[in-house]
Amino acid sequence: MTKPRIKLPESAKVGEVIEIKTLISHPMETGFRTGPDGALIPRDIIHRFTCTYNGEEIFSADLFPAITANPFITFTTVATESGELALSWTDDKGQTQTETAKITVE
Amino acid sequence: MPGDQPSRRTFTLGVAAAATALAVPATTALAQDQTQAWELAVRKIVGEAKPSEGKFALELPEIAENGNTVPFTVSVESPMTEKDHVKAIHIIATANPQPGVATSRLTPLSGKAAVSSRMRLARTQDVIGIAELSDGRFLMAKRPVKVTIGGCGG
Repeated sequence: MTKPRIKLPESAKVGEVIEIKTLISHPMETGFRTGPDGALIPRDIIHRFTCTYNGEEIFSADLFPAITANPFITFTTVATESGELALSWTDDKGQTQTETAKITVE
Repeated sequence: MPGDQPSRRTFTLGVAAAATALAVPATTALAQDQTQAWELAVRKIVGEAKPSEGKFALELPEIAENGNTVPFTVSVESPMTEKDHVKAIHIIATANPQPGVATSRLTPLSGKAAVSSRMRLARTQDVIGIAELSDGRFLMAKRPVKVTIGGCGG
C-alpha cells in the first residue's frame, strides 16, 4: 500500500458537517479471477477501513471484493473540536496503513 | 367419540407438515444459486424484520459502461441524533459472485448519513441498499443498473 490521499477542509466551524474523501492504491484482488496458468489468484483486498477523530471512532466500513481497485471512500463527520483524524486501512495480508490529518475547529 | 378428535387432528397436522416440507425444496430448486446468495445476504442483515421504503437515496448510473468501476452514493434522511440515527448502511449487488459490496457503520457524530464509493458489477443487475436505524427498523432501496462490460475479470 502506498501513501493514501485524504481530502478534508483545513478548518471548520463548530457543529459543521464536513466531508472526508479518501483514496488509497490497492489492487483489491477479488479471488474470483484466474491467472495465466488457470489457477485462481488468491484474494487480497482491503477488508476494513476505520476513522477516528481525537481517538473516538466516527466511521468504519467492512469492504468486500466488489469494491474497486484503489478504493475511494467518502463520508462525513461533525466538526466538534480541533484535533486529529486517524484513518486506517487493513488488507487480507494483515498490513495496516494509518494516516492522520489535522483539522482546526473554531 | 371424544377419542377420535386428537388422532384426526394429528393426522391433518401431519399432512400439512408434509406438504410444506415438500413445497420448500421445490421452490428453492427453481431459484438460481445467485438469487439465493443475495437473498441470504439480505436475510442475514434484516433477520425477520420487514424493511420499509423511502427517505433513502441510492445514486447509481442507469447505464454503467464499465462494470469495473461504478460510482455510487447512498444517503438516508435522518436527524442523526443519539436517539434517532442510521447505524449502518449495507450495499448488495444481486448478481455478483459475492453479493456483499460494503457495510458502513455510522455514529451520531457522522452528522449526515451519506457515503460514496465505487463498486464492481459483474453484469446488468439490481443493486440494493439497506439502512439499519438506531430504533431497530430497516429501510431498503433498489436500483437497476445496466452494465455494458462486466467487471469481474476472467
